[in-house]
Amino acid sequence: MALSKLENLYRQMILEHATHPHHHGSLKKADQDIELRNPTCGDVLTLQVELKDGKVADIAFSGSGCTISQASASMMTDEVVGKTPEQIGKMVVAFSEMVTGNESDDVDELLGDAAILAGVAQFPARIKCATLAWKAIYQAVKADDKKSTVGFLRHDE
Amino acid sequence: MGKKMNSYAEDFPILKQKVNDEQLVYLDNAATAQKPRAVIEAITDYYYHDNANVHRGVHTLAERATKDFEDVRSKVAHFINAPSKDEVIYTKGTTEGLNWVAASYGQTHVKAGDEIVISYMEHHSNLVPWQQLAHRTGAKLKYISLQPDGQLDMSSVRQEITDKTAIVALAHASNVLGVVNPLAEISRIAHEHGAIMVADGAQSTPHMKIDVQELGVDFFAFSGHKLMAPTGIGILWGKSELLDEMPPLEFGGEMIDWVQLQETTFKKAPWKFEGGTQNIAGVVGLGAAIDYLEKIGMDNVQKQERAVVQAVLPELQQIEGLTIYGPQDAQKRTGVISFNLDNLHPHDVATALDMEGVAIRAGHHCAQPLMEYLNVPATARASFYLYNTIEDGQRLVEAIKATKEFFKNGTI
Ligand SMILES: Cc1ncc(COP(=O)(O)O)c(C=O)c1O
Repeated sequence: MALSKLENLYRQMILEHATHPHHHGSLKKADQDIELRNPTCGDVLTLQVELKDGKVADIAFSGSGCTISQASASMMTDEVVGKTPEQIGKMVVAFSEMVTGNESDDVDELLGDAAILAGVAQFPARIKCATLAWKAIYQAVKADDKKSTVGFLRHDE
Repeated sequence: MGKKMNSYAEDFPILKQKVNDEQLVYLDNAATAQKPRAVIEAITDYYYHDNANVHRGVHTLAERATKDFEDVRSKVAHFINAPSKDEVIYTKGTTEGLNWVAASYGQTHVKAGDEIVISYMEHHSNLVPWQQLAHRTGAKLKYISLQPDGQLDMSSVRQEITDKTAIVALAHASNVLGVVNPLAEISRIAHEHGAIMVADGAQSTPHMKIDVQELGVDFFAFSGHKLMAPTGIGILWGKSELLDEMPPLEFGGEMIDWVQLQETTFKKAPWKFEGGTQNIAGVVGLGAAIDYLEKIGMDNVQKQERAVVQAVLPELQQIEGLTIYGPQDAQKRTGVISFNLDNLHPHDVATALDMEGVAIRAGHHCAQPLMEYLNVPATARASFYLYNTIEDGQRLVEAIKATKEFFKNGTI
């Protein structure tokens, strides 16, 4: 098999997002500020979200992680701008189903470029890397106070 | 030597399989070792023929199980050159052993203002129990620093251990840096200051001859599963004069001498620490693993691994962009080799190697303070054992080169 199967995971677009992530950095004015860790590998992701008129107006992320987690975060930030918490909730569920092998027909529509991460389903050990950013946005938009929140992914998620 | 070395792999049924269409090369031995047929069969045999609870029955099976259980205790004592089998306590692993020392000896001997000294290379198992003990007692937790090549800085050892030090707790061998710490010398320093010396033997016991008396330590903990025994069984060895004065931690069946309505007297060590039904099959498996290793001889085990590391390390060192942590001299290290490739995240490297059939670990290796000390978020780690060959090492080298090629156009 060698490394040919790897191309299913590390698609060109994924490598590009990881190398040149979008919305990387921090916001001057954030309504939500959230830090998520993946305790099994030590990856950390900080996410800031600015909301306006019930929608995500701006977003930024920082932290350290592997290619998959960085690319996934970059793609997520592209897709959620202009979306309402309800829409984002649907996207997060669709993403999480997709990377665990239950891809629905409307992922392209719902997730845009992020649908390319479907290949992660063939690499079970890497699912958590892909979902970290999506869990973070989910917690960020459903949290209703301004306090920053620290969340931990569970081992069995 | 190359060919002859393959013979050990024959004893490990699990190694004969393909992973992602490639012959498996298992290089995650620092996490857990594979089991030889002799160990798997000993456990099966025990359940087929001898299973009963120990110390509890007069019937034949109970007698047999009890004899097996206590014979292994003697075997372990011999394996680590303990003066007495009564100093050998069954645990579920290194973590439990170290926690018991902290909770029992630590809680009764450490007071506010005392110092507990560990190092930056400790596994969380030999760090968090002491940190929590320090919180509970008001003691101060101090860290010995490392030299640039990852070895303990002996001048820092002399500086951090003082007359206020109650406990010094150190890894015998590191699970990340591949170094072996000079415990005999450090024990001497600890004792000069009236401190006791606790050794985390998780990464040394599987790979070299252990002599707790020569090491001069007061407690020594290790895990069975890293030395080819099953998971869920480990050993805490301690000097009898210390064990005798330590309170038991788990109360219940087996560990008692006499129970009355308001008072209970306990058995002597080691039994007072072994509350409840023990992992008897695990003990039997541990005995079989020790037999397997002793038949080969621990010196030969070490020689074998060293030969592989000596062949592989220079080849790894030649890969451009590969950073190897710890000593660069193969003579100064164990079979644990941690590395990072270019600026690739180690997870990406581990996934790529897995596609080549090479199993390594990536992450912080339960040593987050060490990662911070090394200023890396994580590392990849290949770790060798007896059944690994120079050929396995070459597969690792080739897989790393292929990974480098795959990601050549740059990520992160
Ligand atoms: C140096 C060191 N100490 C302690 C441990 C903990 O061993 P266990 O998980 O078997 O209790 C390990 C194993 O991961 C280790 O490598």
